[in-house]
Amino acid sequence: MNLAVRDIRHNFSRFAFTTVGIGLLLMVVMGMAGIYRGLIFEATLLVDRIGADLWVVQGDTRGPFAELSRIPANLEDRVRTVQGIAQARRFVNHSIQREHHGKPLRLMVQGLAWPDDKGEWVSLVAGRPLGQAHFEMVADRSLGLALGEQVKFGKDVYRVVGLTTGMSGIAGDGLAFFTVSDAMAIQFDTPSEAIRLERAARLARSENQDLGRVQPLLLERAGGPSSGISELPRPQVSAILVTLNPSADVDQIISTLSTWSDVTVYTAQQQKELLLSGTVDKSRRQLGLFSVLLIIISTIIIALIMYTLTLDKIHDIALLKLIGARNRVIVGLILQQALLMGAFGYALAWWLGQYLFPYFPRRVMLETPDLIKLAFITVLISMLASLLGIWKAMRVEPNTVLA
Amino acid sequence: MEGDASRTKHSTGLMNTVTDQVPAIEAIGVTKVYGHGQTEVIALNDVTLRVARGEVVALLGPSGAGKSTLLTAMALINPPTSGRIVIGGKLVMDGEDAKIDLRTFRRQHLGFVFQKANLIPFLTALENVQVALEINDRPAHAARQRAMYLLDHLGIGDRADNLPDALSGGQQQRVAVARALANEPSLILADEPTAALDSHRGRQVMELFAQVAHESNAGVIVVTHDVRALDVFDRIVEMEDGRLLPPSKASR
Repeated sequence: MNLAVRDIRHNFSRFAFTTVGIGLLLMVVMGMAGIYRGLIFEATLLVDRIGADLWVVQGDTRGPFAELSRIPANLEDRVRTVQGIAQARRFVNHSIQREHHGKPLRLMVQGLAWPDDKGEWVSLVAGRPLGQAHFEMVADRSLGLALGEQVKFGKDVYRVVGLTTGMSGIAGDGLAFFTVSDAMAIQFDTPSEAIRLERAARLARSENQDLGRVQPLLLERAGGPSSGISELPRPQVSAILVTLNPSADVDQIISTLSTWSDVTVYTAQQQKELLLSGTVDKSRRQLGLFSVLLIIISTIIIALIMYTLTLDKIHDIALLKLIGARNRVIVGLILQQALLMGAFGYALAWWLGQYLFPYFPRRVMLETPDLIKLAFITVLISMLASLLGIWKAMRVEPNTVLA
Repeated sequence: MEGDASRTKHSTGLMNTVTDQVPAIEAIGVTKVYGHGQTEVIALNDVTLRVARGEVVALLGPSGAGKSTLLTAMALINPPTSGRIVIGGKLVMDGEDAKIDLRTFRRQHLGFVFQKANLIPFLTALENVQVALEINDRPAHAARQRAMYLLDHLGIGDRADNLPDALSGGQQQRVAVARALANEPSLILADEPTAALDSHRGRQVMELFAQVAHESNAGVIVVTHDVRALDVFDRIVEMEDGRLLPPSKASR
């Protein structure tokens, strides 16, 4: 006869409410682990999906994600000259926050090296990849944009031609894909007045210098677009993505690129490690500490509940002792209830999580190894929590029945 | 002070035999002292009592006489300060020293009934009896059958599936008696089992004790204040100030 089950059956509402409370606590613990997994997934999503073997970034930096990286866009031409490299693409990636329909719209701008990269690697749930060099975008659903919707960034209007789902950057902002030139235009969008003032300043400086006076053409160009002045710095990108030939010697190519003192080269794996050891690592520790705290709190709460439930039954336990019940019968009564409470709480946490976590602003990923680990932790804390009740039950004297 | 086991009164038709074999229990020179120094209270003072198998003994006395203390000492839940408890010929307690595993011994040889039925509230009447059998290693099916038999025998088989809350006081006490009888104990100890019952129900319970004592050849000791059903008992023992009164002073 299972006394634990019969006691639960008799006091079902109390057991149910307690289990719901424990379930909610465990759901938060589960969510913490899920948020951590989500952080890793989001952080490494681009690196995983974009299909680059090597990342060429600004020299002595850990860009483009862990820190800022600025390299000239035409570096891709230089990279292409290295033997064994099949493709080199410009990479532009930055977060912006604009206003759309009166609400803030925060997104991560991702440049695609059109026409080599039209975003075919991006898995679409609606629409199509980019079909032209300008004024089209593919947006993640989390941004709340509809297919065909037009959004103004800077001076230009972009039309949403494709939709993705689950594509977000390290900060959790939804990704929006543009051509690299559009992405740069969005990034370096400068108000007209600022451009006019800059041109006027250039002109004034040239007029006051010998070079401007002896080179009238230069003076003439100083007041025009900066693209007409070869001495001014070229547009810059965050990184150059390198795809290698299947037979290429990776180490040799890295060695060659590393001789260029203006750049640093990372493999895709190194890039992921840079990401995970930076921002994500701090978040991981933060979430880990919260999880530990929650587990301790859960243990204390279950222990107090089990203690209270044991006190409620102390007369029955004394009676069982009086009629000769072995300790294992009494320990089993308490331990089984704690384990059942933990098990039902865990199941409830998982079930609720399936419905609630998708509505969280950041991605929450429940992975099987984490769920198994938490199941073991739940069993462990249930057993630990029952110790207080068991201790109380072991101390009760059988003659308490007569009191 | 010593009770006389050889003085046997055939007071009811239920009485068949009081056997001459090894007594169900012997409390020999049992003393129980609570506290020490100025707070010392002698609850039992050199009490000797023998109860034969099949004998039903009433233990009477005013409050504070030591009846319940003696009963709990014999129930092996309140060790005496000195003296010996021998059950079924086996020395069980020598002073405060237990000579055997008391819980196992209680499980196998003793049955208890109290003023309150003390049924486990989350078990049905049947399960309350069954649990006593299962903790004594009786297989679940056999335990269920035996529990049902006992409830039927005590006239409450039709309430087997009811929780204690749904039973009357008398019915609850019958379930408690069934539980006490479940493992066919050699000794049944009852502490004011009819206190919560009306006289009719009280008498029924007392007669039940006599019946089961004689049928199962178990010794029965009942602490009671209920003098209306004393004729049911084979022997009446009175206590006062922690001592057994001599038989001549017994107020029957």
